[in-house]
Amino acid sequence: MSAALETVGLVKSFGGIAATSNVSLAVARGARHALIGPNGAGKTTLINQLTGVLTPDAGRVLLEGSDITALSPHRRVRRGLARTFQINQLFADLSPLESVGLAVSERLGRGHDWWRVAGSRSTVDDSIAEILERFHLADVMHERTAHLPYGKQRLLEIALAIACGPSVLLLDEPAAGVPEDERHDILGAVAALPREVTVLFIEHDMDLVFSFAERITVLVNGAVFTEGTPQEIARDERVKAVYLGEEPVHA
Amino acid sequence: MSALQGVLATAVADHLAARARWRAAELVFWGAALASVFLLPGKHLILAEIAILALFALSLDLILGYAGIVSLGHAAFFGFGAYAAGLLAKHALITEPVLGLLAAGLLAALLGFACAFLVLRGSDLTRLMVTLGVAMMLRELANRLDKLTGGADGLQGITMAPVLGRFSFDITGHTAYVYALAVLFVLFVVARRIVHSPFGLSLMSIRGNPLRAGALGVPVNARLVAIYTVAAGYAGVAGALLTQTTAFCSLDVLSFDRSADLLLVLIIGGTGYLYGGLIGAVVFKLLQDALATLTPQYWQFWIGLILVIIVLVGRERMSGWWHAAVAQGARRLGLRERP
Repeated sequence: MSAALETVGLVKSFGGIAATSNVSLAVARGARHALIGPNGAGKTTLINQLTGVLTPDAGRVLLEGSDITALSPHRRVRRGLARTFQINQLFADLSPLESVGLAVSERLGRGHDWWRVAGSRSTVDDSIAEILERFHLADVMHERTAHLPYGKQRLLEIALAIACGPSVLLLDEPAAGVPEDERHDILGAVAALPREVTVLFIEHDMDLVFSFAERITVLVNGAVFTEGTPQEIARDERVKAVYLGEEPVHA
Repeated sequence: MSALQGVLATAVADHLAARARWRAAELVFWGAALASVFLLPGKHLILAEIAILALFALSLDLILGYAGIVSLGHAAFFGFGAYAAGLLAKHALITEPVLGLLAAGLLAALLGFACAFLVLRGSDLTRLMVTLGVAMMLRELANRLDKLTGGADGLQGITMAPVLGRFSFDITGHTAYVYALAVLFVLFVVARRIVHSPFGLSLMSIRGNPLRAGALGVPVNARLVAIYTVAAGYAGVAGALLTQTTAFCSLDVLSFDRSADLLLVLIIGGTGYLYGGLIGAVVFKLLQDALATLTPQYWQFWIGLILVIIVLVGRERMSGWWHAAVAQGARRLGLRERP
């Protein structure tokens, strides 16, 4: 099975500190792949290189086999690589309807259209309603995003990435900061993602990692420490040792 | 997809499209503008000035209110358009005003396109300084190239042909006002389409969060260059209108004061809903006019004071007081029931 997303010898350092050292990672098509590691392991730095926010010092990023290392973030999105952010990156003044509508018209390649009305048939498709419904945002679609409760904002964070129509989705701690009673909606939405979408996610919540992931890569000090199935990782004493003093592995 | 979901999907898209519908208050606004043509014949000179300022402010609102690009040198494009229109007419290249406007607007847009790549680098502070610097350079160029521009004496000897070959500019400013108002309206309608389009929505997303906009596939820089170019064209048309309606153009069109006044206009009227520049232009010019009559030497003091109050108190709070006062008045008059 060929990889949907792959890195080859990725290196990135900040002022002599290696944040990513020689990371080669392959995420299989349709995978549910988790990236874990203690704080400061370089997980978000790696995501930022995958999405093009940061340029690696060396190495390559391949999406569906083609080299995207030199592409800007928005071009990678057009190739089918979307992401969510650990800290919500939303449009405070726009409503969920406008935000999702924007993402959909960009996906359809209508974003540069300056004459037609946004929302007219040629600028969007039916997926706006479907996405708002699926992420429990239909009832608040006219509210300003800044006024939404945090749980709804977190859902919108994921909904926007889905609206890009990705073949590979990077989730950076999707459930971060969401109170216990609101987690259900988020986990449900993540679990319900269609199989065509390859998912690589960073998560600190080990319950979520071990219930959702089929493959786990452990990152320590910017390098791949080990990789395996959830059972292999749960049994691995070295992984437990890495986490000791950090936070306990609940599995 | 089921039939029910199909209906829902259409309804949701319609909700998005509904943002572009004309509201009653907008029709009232333009109705009042049209009425002023007939009801205030003695005020057409100042009304023409207001319409020109409003168009200039509309231009800044497109980049500041929608795309979040700050500028302290927007007069660069206004002045460039003003001199372009003046020179085209003076040398009898284009004397018909509408064609002159188009030419001046296109030239200013070209300048805007070239400047966009400088301006869009860096942060807000960088942008303030670069825009300021470009405007200062243009003003000094116009000053030094006195053989072409007339330098400090201004560009004289401009004669405009009648608008569309039929309507000559007159001393009462009647043609000037109708002409300026018509241009303002047409360009306003175009701006309105732009901000309600997918392109306009993407500008708002860039203003809100450029990082996320890029992560949704929006080519951030290309969109900013595009709107900066359009806004420069708008400012150029406004400048050209001033030259054409006054048959004169001086270094003043490129001055820092003009850029700064424009920010005042938007601070008074508010940004990001297109009418801010228009309402701000009306209030600013009328205030300036009234204060200049009351205290010819100190009117800037009062303008400054009003600015400080607006910024400190905040427009939202003031509009809150305004709504409360209107509601109170309505209750007193028995138009509305007590809560």
